Amino acid sequence: MSLLGVPIALVIGIVAWAALAPVPPGPREEVFEIPNGTWARRMSGDPVEILPSKIHLTLGVRDVLLLRNLDDVPQVFGPTIMMPGQSFRLPFELASDYQFECSAHASGQMTVVVAPKPRSPWTRLRWRAGNFWRAVT
Amino acid sequence: MAAARRIPAYALRVIALIASVAGIDALAGAPELKAGAFSPARIAPDFSLTGSDGSALTLRRFRGKVVLLGFGYTSCPSVCPVTLATLAAAQRKLGAHARDVQVVYVTVDPVRDDAARMKGYLEAFHPDFLGATGTEEALEAVRREYGIAAKRLATPAGSYEYGHSSFVYLIDREGRLRALMPYGRAAADYVHDAMLLLSPP
Repeated sequence: MSLLGVPIALVIGIVAWAALAPVPPGPREEVFEIPNGTWARRMSGDPVEILPSKIHLTLGVRDVLLLRNLDDVPQVFGPTIMMPGQSFRLPFELASDYQFECSAHASGQMTVVVAPKPRSPWTRLRWRAGNFWRAVT
Repeated sequence: MAAARRIPAYALRVIALIASVAGIDALAGAPELKAGAFSPARIAPDFSLTGSDGSALTLRRFRGKVVLLGFGYTSCPSVCPVTLATLAAAQRKLGAHARDVQVVYVTVDPVRDDAARMKGYLEAFHPDFLGATGTEEALEAVRREYGIAAKRLATPAGSYEYGHSSFVYLIDREGRLRALMPYGRAAADYVHDAMLLLSPP
């Protein structure tokens, strides 16, 4: 095999795996937590960002948003107010873009993008590429 | 018969344990709400406002019923009519169970929304819906307790609108704040969750 042959075979292998490998079952929850001490950090001027303004979920794979307030004061988290130690579990059953008011963001909005379950090789490839891209950027 | 009675107590616990470990909620005996659920649920903060029926409106008054608590205003051009139409459709689908479910809609616009105006507006959707109004200070205190945003925005025509939180809280028979239904969910989701909250624990 030539010097170029090895990386080309590797890329083809990765693409084939990304397109053909079934989507593995895993925890359905995408978890975001407010750590203890967040309120104190904010009061001292530290602009703590917990929730991204855009959250990506996938039906049948990871389709539940789970927010936890581990701080010792009530916090506006996502669309609602949460007491200390309280969690908020929101399942999604339809693929769509969901807009939530969220005073924690400068835009005042949070978007949850719920994608359909990737079933075909092409959608699995796109889904894995999207996950990879979001992980590295 | 004695053996049949012994097995369920023992076997059901094992099945529930296995099911919960495996994440099979239906078998684990924990059907999911369609709305976003709070855990642990806290007692819904009570308030005393003026009801659209002319009486004092408190949450305590509805103990024993499931309360669907929304926030909005009668001049709302888009969000509130959709939410109220959905809630009205859910009430109709609930049939006889609807008598155990109370929709309460709290205004964010006390300047325009007095009790009479709210009554006329809400009854156009469903005769059993109740509105709540009060002073700006009282309503702001309620919004703060529930994490509701409401921002007054001027319109080009010289009037004003409100940008406001559009979700609906679900409060159970014991007065606990159990869940939050995001805007845009179907009436069937409200029916599903109301039935779940009405069913014995």
